[in-house]
Amino acid sequence: MHSDPNLYDFWPYRDRPKITWPYNKKVAFWVAPNIEFYELDPPTNPSRKPWGRPHPDIVPYSARDWGNRVGHWRLMEVMDECDIRGSISLSVAMLDHHPEIIRACVDRNWEFFSHGIYNTRYSYNMSEAQERAVLEDSIRSVMDATGQRIRGYLAPALTHTERTLDLLAEYEFWYSCDLFQDDQPQPLKVKGGKRLISMPYSLEVNDVITYGIYQQSPRAYADTLMRHFDQLLEEGSETGTVMCIPLHAYLVGHPHRIGPFREALRYITSHRQDVWVTTAKEIAEFYLANHYEQSLADIARRGNFRPGTGFNPGQQGGL
Amino acid sequence: MSILPDSYLTYARRHAGPDHDYYPASPIVDRAPLTLPRAALLGLWVVVPLEFFPLNPTGQPFKTPGAMQTPYPDLRHYTTRDYGNRVGAYRLLKLFGKLGLRATFAVQGAVAERYPGLVRDVLADGHNICAHGWDTDSLHHSGLSVDQENSFITRTLDALHSVSGTRPDGWISPARAEGFATPARLAANSIRWFADWAHDDLPTTFQTQEGILAALPLSNELDDWQILINYTRPEQEWAIQVRDAADWLLDEAKRLNSPRLLTLTLRPFVSGLPYRIKLIEEGLSGVLRRSDVSVVGPDDLLNLLSL
Repeated sequence: MHSDPNLYDFWPYRDRPKITWPYNKKVAFWVAPNIEFYELDPPTNPSRKPWGRPHPDIVPYSARDWGNRVGHWRLMEVMDECDIRGSISLSVAMLDHHPEIIRACVDRNWEFFSHGIYNTRYSYNMSEAQERAVLEDSIRSVMDATGQRIRGYLAPALTHTERTLDLLAEYEFWYSCDLFQDDQPQPLKVKGGKRLISMPYSLEVNDVITYGIYQQSPRAYADTLMRHFDQLLEEGSETGTVMCIPLHAYLVGHPHRIGPFREALRYITSHRQDVWVTTAKEIAEFYLANHYEQSLADIARRGNFRPGTGFNPGQQGGL
Repeated sequence: MSILPDSYLTYARRHAGPDHDYYPASPIVDRAPLTLPRAALLGLWVVVPLEFFPLNPTGQPFKTPGAMQTPYPDLRHYTTRDYGNRVGAYRLLKLFGKLGLRATFAVQGAVAERYPGLVRDVLADGHNICAHGWDTDSLHHSGLSVDQENSFITRTLDALHSVSGTRPDGWISPARAEGFATPARLAANSIRWFADWAHDDLPTTFQTQEGILAALPLSNELDDWQILINYTRPEQEWAIQVRDAADWLLDEAKRLNSPRLLTLTLRPFVSGLPYRIKLIEEGLSGVLRRSDVSVVGPDDLLNLLSL
C-alpha cells in the first residue's frame, strides 16, 4: 500500500493558465443523475456489506427502487424545464432492468457513463480479469443499447483498486469522476501513455452527502448549490471552473425536496450568458483538445512534475 | 489478489423489471389516473405507530431504531418511549380531533396487551387500527422459522382482535423489516394490505406465493423519525418540508391530471412532545386547509386497486 496514490501532481490553484470554455463561458456546468440499481440479495464481497440489515433490507432497497419508478420521472421533468442534458452515472444493468428509463434518456440525447454493473457489486478484491470484464461489459452494453461509446467512469459505490485508473486509460476512457482534489480538470498519471483526466464531480454538493451526511434540509441544499455556483462563477472570470451536481432521483425526487432543488437549477441556468450548460464528455473533449498540454506544461514549469504513474512512483523521488 | 469467485460477476436477475417477482416495473407517469374520495387531487394518509420497546431487548438480528442504548437498565430510553403511549398519543388524538383527521394507528400486540385502554380510546375517537407486529424487538427476518414468524403474526392479530373485536387486515412490520417469506406469511394469515415497502407513491399490488397483497405507500423520507431524529432537523423544518411536499404534489396532480398521496408517519414519543405538537399542527393544518385535499385511510387506498 502507498501513502500517496501518485495519480496526479500537486498544482496550486493560484496563477494557473487560464481556461476559457467555449463561447467565453466562465463555468462549465453539468448535472450527473446517478441512475442506479441496487440488488435485493447481492452476493457477498468480504470488504463491504451492501445492506445494513439482513437481506432483504426492505426500506433502503425499496427506497432506491422508488427512484426508478417515481423519482426519475420527476427529476427528468425538472431538468427538461431548465433545458439541461444529463450526464448519467449508470449502473449498466439498468439497461436491462429499466429500458423505459434508458429510452427516455436516449430521446433527450443525454450522455451515459459507467458506474459499474450494479451499485451492489464492489471492485474491492477483484482480479485484473474481473475488473476488465466490468469495463468491457460497460462499453459493450451501453454501445449495444444506445449507440454511445462511453468515455467516463465513476467506480460502483466509489470502490476502487490500484489498477482502476490505468485500466480506464487503456480502454480509452477520457475522464474519471473518482477523484475530488480540484475544481478544474487535471491530467492523470496513468500507464501506457494514454490521456485520462479527472473530471470535477462532487461529494460536497452531492445529494447523498448533503441530505444524509450533512443532514441539510431541502431548502438549505438549494441555498448551498446557489452559493457554490456563485463562487465558482466569480472565480471563473480568472480561469474556467467546473461545477457538477451529482444527484440520485431516489433522494432529490421526493416531493418535499424537488421544489427547492428546482429553484436552484433555475437560478444557475438563468446565468447562461456565463455558463456552459453541458455534459461531462463535452467538457473532457474540450479540455483534452485545448488545455491538457497547457496544464502539463504549467505543472512542469512550477517544478511539480513527479515521475511514475498511479500507485507506481518513479525512482527520482518526490517533491 | 482476487478472492472473489467468478460468480461475483454473474447476474442471474439481470433482466427487464425488478430483481424479484413481487411486482413488475411500472413508471408512475404511465399509469391511469386514480380517483380519490370526494374527487380530491391529494390524499393525506397519517399513520401513528403505537410501539413497545422492551427494557431488555435481544437486539437480534439488529437493534431496532429507538431501542435501548445504555447498559441495562436503560430507564432513560424506556421511559421516553413509554411517554408516547401515555402522553404523546393523547396529544395527537386531541389534535386529530381538532382537525377532524382520521388516522391509522399501527398497534403492536404488546401494546394491545399492556394498554388495552389506549387502543379502545383510539377506536372510540374513530380512528383505524392495523397490526404492527408484536413489539419492536420481535423483528421479522429470514432467519425465523415458519412457526416463529407465524406465531409473531397470529399472536399480534389475536391481541388486537381481543381488544377491538375485529381481526386486523392491515400490517406494518416492526422497523418495516421483513424476511423473504414475510409477505407470503402475512397473506396466508388473511392480511390484505401492508406498508413496509417504500417503492411507490401510490398503492400497488404485491404478488406472494400465498396470494396478492396491496402494498400501500408510506414515505420513509418524510417520516418524523427520519427528519427529526436521523437528520436532526428541527420541527419547524418538518412543517416546511410537509408544506413543500403538499405544494409539489398538488401541482403535479393538476398538471398530470393524476391524484397523488401524501403519507406521514407520526410517532407519539417523537411528534407528541410539548415543543413539537404545535408545529405538527401547523404542518397538518397547512395541508388540510387547501382545496382538493382529502384525508384517506386504508379502505380508500384499497379501493384504488382492482383486487
